[in-house]
Amino acid sequence: MLRRATAVLLAGLVVASLSACGGDEGDSGGAKDEKITLGFSQVGAESGWRTANTTSIQDAAKAAGIDLKFSDAQQKQENQIKAIRSFIQQRVDVIAFSPVVESGWDTVLKEAKDNNIPVILTDRAVDSKDTSLYKTFIGSDFVLEGKKAGEWLVEEYKDSTDQVNIAELQGTTGSAPAIDRKQGFTEVIGADPKFKIIASQTGDFTRAGGKEVMEAFLKAHKDIDVLYAHNDDMGLGALEAIEGAGLTPGKDIKIVTVDAVRDGMKALADGKFNYIVECSPLLGPQLMELVKKVDAGETVPERVVTEETTFTQEQAKAALPERQY
Amino acid sequence: MSGRMGAAVGTVWRHRLFWPVLILVVLLLSNLIFTPSFFSVEMRNGHLYGSLIDIARFGAPLVLVALGMTLVIATGGIDLSVGAVVAISGALACLWISKQPDQNAVVGVLVAVGLALLLSLVLGVWNGFLVAAVGIQPIIATLILMVAGRGLAQLITDGQIITINSSPYKLIGGGYLFGLPFSILLALVMTLLAVLFTRRTALGMLIEAVGSNAEASRLSGIRSRRYTLLVYVFCALCAGIAGLMVSSNVSSADGNKAGLLIELDAILAVVIGGTLLTGGRFSLGGTVVGALIIQALSTTIYTIGVPPQTTLVFKAIVVTVVCLIQSPAFRAKFSRRGRPGRADPPARSVQQKVEVPA
Repeated sequence: MLRRATAVLLAGLVVASLSACGGDEGDSGGAKDEKITLGFSQVGAESGWRTANTTSIQDAAKAAGIDLKFSDAQQKQENQIKAIRSFIQQRVDVIAFSPVVESGWDTVLKEAKDNNIPVILTDRAVDSKDTSLYKTFIGSDFVLEGKKAGEWLVEEYKDSTDQVNIAELQGTTGSAPAIDRKQGFTEVIGADPKFKIIASQTGDFTRAGGKEVMEAFLKAHKDIDVLYAHNDDMGLGALEAIEGAGLTPGKDIKIVTVDAVRDGMKALADGKFNYIVECSPLLGPQLMELVKKVDAGETVPERVVTEETTFTQEQAKAALPERQY
Repeated sequence: MSGRMGAAVGTVWRHRLFWPVLILVVLLLSNLIFTPSFFSVEMRNGHLYGSLIDIARFGAPLVLVALGMTLVIATGGIDLSVGAVVAISGALACLWISKQPDQNAVVGVLVAVGLALLLSLVLGVWNGFLVAAVGIQPIIATLILMVAGRGLAQLITDGQIITINSSPYKLIGGGYLFGLPFSILLALVMTLLAVLFTRRTALGMLIEAVGSNAEASRLSGIRSRRYTLLVYVFCALCAGIAGLMVSSNVSSADGNKAGLLIELDAILAVVIGGTLLTGGRFSLGGTVVGALIIQALSTTIYTIGVPPQTTLVFKAIVVTVVCLIQSPAFRAKFSRRGRPGRADPPARSVQQKVEVPA
């Protein structure tokens, strides 16, 4: 009896969750008036960065008078493909999306092309051979971010002739930001033999990972001068490890990171970080510009880099109060 | 005299913890080649500082999760949801603390810890209910919470990383008591409690009976469902405490990534420790050593600087070797081939269900 009751309960739950997934098709647009309709499929809401990205796009669409149909893929490619197909059926004017993964987009992008709906990629690229499947790709240039971090280091140590020992905390192995940020950084510092990366491991972009790896670095190498972390979170984890070893972060070991999320900016303003290269999620306004141009049939550059800056400790103090994410 | 010595050596050799401990020692010693100061432990800032301390400290959450997992596996089950419980427990505690006007208030932290552990217990009851009362296979029953639990953790954190600034909470995973890392003490206490309850009372034997043959033990008067439920609740509680440690260590709760794949590490620790996945006999001591081996392996990789791209291959090779070495069946085959006539006594190999785990 109990067993049957539970089975019924479980079946009910499954049905409820299924209908919840299929429910948000939204009222079908398709009214072809002056207003541009943009279908946007977001990766998910996995981090503060991503949430800021979503908010930026929603706000910018409202400000630009663009009708936004927003869909959250919850980290699943099949959800994203479903969303894009539904955008095609609703005959939106432009489709934009941040691909969850790099590959497997040819079929659905071809469908969009056959229906004459232009596609814009945001934040992440796809590996389709046929670049005519999408109009443009707007997002951060990770190699450039790595280079900026390297340039700061070169500038910081320009008067010194001693060897500079660098420890590097890499992002998730194999991910584009990890590969590119490492490449850009090594390209710049490689010009001067005094810079030496003495330890480099992945911290998986997490605080826990950054802390654990840094603890091991500190024991294996007594002479680390600089820490380069591929994102703020790993840097923040490493910060605790450095403090636990009785060293002063920002002085005994200088820290340069990428991202500029609020917690990282706080550490920078407190003098615990030395430099942050911004990786901005606020690409909404730039995206809306592109949407308008693409809709009007104007040609746009194939690659648009998000407007980004860098922060020193003083700049962080000034920028912190109005940091959105 | 020498005969007694030989017998003593023989006993050590035969002890079920011999191989796991030997592997751990070899792993630690191999670090000396690359880092001569690997074994040095000093006082710094009023607390112990050194690689060995790191291994114990970062291994503490895994030790806890693996303890619970051992008892679940001893009943012939498995709990895949521990990673999700780690995330949920940390998320709830950090959320509660972040809402407090004074994050350093001890009462607020205690309430947060209490709530998180209570929720963990409820999740354990849910798992135990599905397995013991509904009769779903453990791997499926706990898979539900493994998948749904991540969602629950993200719901609690609203998809964000919750950062807190609370020194009492920091103690659990990143603090020190009398110069000793608190997390190590906590893991030690939980281990002793588990050993006490399973080995000094009939509980351990009853759990083994359920794992060997649930139906037979029920027919002989053991309330096997009750013990099945109990081990899942204990496992979730251990995972909950581990979740507090993980989040406290970095003063933040990450619903997405906290405790990710820890269930696999825990199962591996149990297997390395010599507990069979088929249920029945278990070894808590072996599990603790197994968990320390896994953490020592990670620390070794960071210390000697294995390139990140080859880390997983390196780990896989070491784990395969470890599993083979501690498998009695493999050793018997190997020693028979090497020195004919010196095989293990047959009585022993029959007694232990010889299988290569994992």
